[in-house]
Amino acid sequence: MTLDQLDRGQRATVVAVDWASLAPEDAKRLRAMGLDEGASVSLAHRGMFGGADPLAVTVGRMTVALRRAHAAAMQVERA
Amino acid sequence: MSRQRTAALVGNPNAGKSALFNALTGARQKIANYPGVTVERKAGRLILPSGEPVELIDLPGSYSFDAASPDEEVTRKVVHGEFEGEALPEVLVLVLDAANLEQHLVFAQEVIALDRPTVVALNMVDLAERDGLTLDPAALSQALGVPVIPTVAVRRRGLDELAAAIARAGDRGADEGGAGEAARARQDMTLPERRLAARHMARAAVRSETARRRLHAGLDKVLLHPWLGVPILFALLFVMFQAVFAWATPFADGLEAGVAAVSEWVVAAFPGGFLRDLVTEGVLAGVGSVVVFLPQIVILFAFILVMEASGYMARAAYIMDRLMARVGLSGKSFIPLLSSFACAIPGIMATRSIADPQDRLTTILVAPLMTCSARLPVYALIIAAVIPNTTVGPGVGLQGLVLFALYVAGIFGAMAAALLLRRTVAQGAASGFIMEMPRYQMPRLRDLAIGLWQRAWVFLRRAGTIIFVATIALWVLLTFPKADPGESQVEASFAGTIATGVHAVVEPIGFNREMALALVPAMAAREVAVSSLATTYAVASEDEEQTAMALEEEVAARWSLPTALAFLAWFVFAPQCLSTIAVARRETNGWKWPMFMVGYLFALAYVFAGATYWIAVAAGL
Repeated sequence: MTLDQLDRGQRATVVAVDWASLAPEDAKRLRAMGLDEGASVSLAHRGMFGGADPLAVTVGRMTVALRRAHAAAMQVERA
Repeated sequence: MSRQRTAALVGNPNAGKSALFNALTGARQKIANYPGVTVERKAGRLILPSGEPVELIDLPGSYSFDAASPDEEVTRKVVHGEFEGEALPEVLVLVLDAANLEQHLVFAQEVIALDRPTVVALNMVDLAERDGLTLDPAALSQALGVPVIPTVAVRRRGLDELAAAIARAGDRGADEGGAGEAARARQDMTLPERRLAARHMARAAVRSETARRRLHAGLDKVLLHPWLGVPILFALLFVMFQAVFAWATPFADGLEAGVAAVSEWVVAAFPGGFLRDLVTEGVLAGVGSVVVFLPQIVILFAFILVMEASGYMARAAYIMDRLMARVGLSGKSFIPLLSSFACAIPGIMATRSIADPQDRLTTILVAPLMTCSARLPVYALIIAAVIPNTTVGPGVGLQGLVLFALYVAGIFGAMAAALLLRRTVAQGAASGFIMEMPRYQMPRLRDLAIGLWQRAWVFLRRAGTIIFVATIALWVLLTFPKADPGESQVEASFAGTIATGVHAVVEPIGFNREMALALVPAMAAREVAVSSLATTYAVASEDEEQTAMALEEEVAARWSLPTALAFLAWFVFAPQCLSTIAVARRETNGWKWPMFMVGYLFALAYVFAGATYWIAVAAGL
């Protein structure tokens, strides 16, 4: 499953990222924030007005806001 | 050796660098721009325990030396000694968020690999403790190979120790001050290796960790709620605009009385003549009429600074992302646009954090539509003059409501413009939105006070320079040539002739001659419109031998409601600020985009002011 499919509050580990599907700048930014293979993550918040965008993901002790398209590029395994 | 000692603060965004900078340097700060790039250079003086001063610079926060944005590029160049005109800092003060070590240690390793004299400030250890984390600075120091000083910038804890460590690192110098072996070992590491090392070091530095529920998770549950988040944000903004009016009144009245008292004293103490008129009608009426808006501007900035310092601003970006995506922007554009409510100049400069060039260009082009604090004097004057001070509901004043509506008009204008621009001149793929959301923090009074003082000072300096000069120039143009008996002074003056020309253009949209006259010097800065009106009416009332009325009463007596509303609509859109045009030129590297911006904004202003006037007339207002 991918990161955007997690239930809220669920912990998981990123196992693979489809970097090619992301804009190079976005990929760089996500990596710099620690969102890459091996990161332990959880989905903290999802969307506004019942929509699916954006998401808030915790990485370690940091919370990162991103779009669903970014999260969909990340394969995760539930912890 | 009397050479100036230097040190630089480096670290991730949200590591508490600015608070640490404030704590170390106090009010002894200088803010300038780096030449060639519009990244702020914040420098201040830190006093070492020996009494020796060190020039401390606060470098922009970075996630990596592999720079993604222009401000990160500045940090990279400065610490590598590649920035022209900026000496290589003797000591690097690496600021880490104690509660976020695993992330911050990744960039920290890049800094330490430089093998420069380095001191680590393990900042915000109190917040880490609040989150249930107890840390071991000695273990971290051993792992990194450089001294580690626990600090709490906002409580001034650890500052003396940090200053002493900076002095020691500086004394040891470039050869021994770095991490040596530990640094060289890190030089060829890849990012995944650094990340793994960071994880190990962070774990080793944690003495104990309890799974205490973090405060901010609870706050986020409410503030980022899918349905409640937006109403909460809008309620907050609404309170902000109400406060700008309600809280400022007593202070503004006090300032106004002060200006009037000085003016009366000048009239009583000096013989009448050219110089006295210049001071009372020109300087005091003009500059004084702008200075009285200082309390409102300070209140507006206070709200924005509190939102930034508390960590709520990033949440606001998150909340707004979906709406911004509709017009082809991202939540990232919300922060520059919200800053533009205070002033478009820092707003346009804040667009540097937007990586996508088309996104950034669009944000720059629409930023002047956000109602900046310079419009506030104009809005406040006209609203107070023509909108009755009644309440339309519990705690909701009609005047505040109109002000809110003007802000909303600016926002909708900006959104519509962004939508069009993204489909025409700034086409490109939809942009991404990736942003760290910092932990919530109680804003510190001291940091707020420093921030407010800097903003207030910029405003007063403008009042003392641009507005002062524009006002005096206008007064001279209004006073000469002298009118013949029975002729109106304003009509006869040079300014009157100019106004006739401008008036021909703006008459169709309902503007009167004084407004036409005010628009010309207001090109320099919007608030000059107020001082221009004040000076014009001061000259006119002397001429008509009226008792000088307060500017507000003059406007109330002389302007029709449709005319006043059209003037308000004009200022929602008109790009009347030379500084904004200049900063847009600098940020877009040329005249093409600023000229485009000026053109489309004037066109919008003309159309909307005209529409407002004719609709109001048709409605019988």
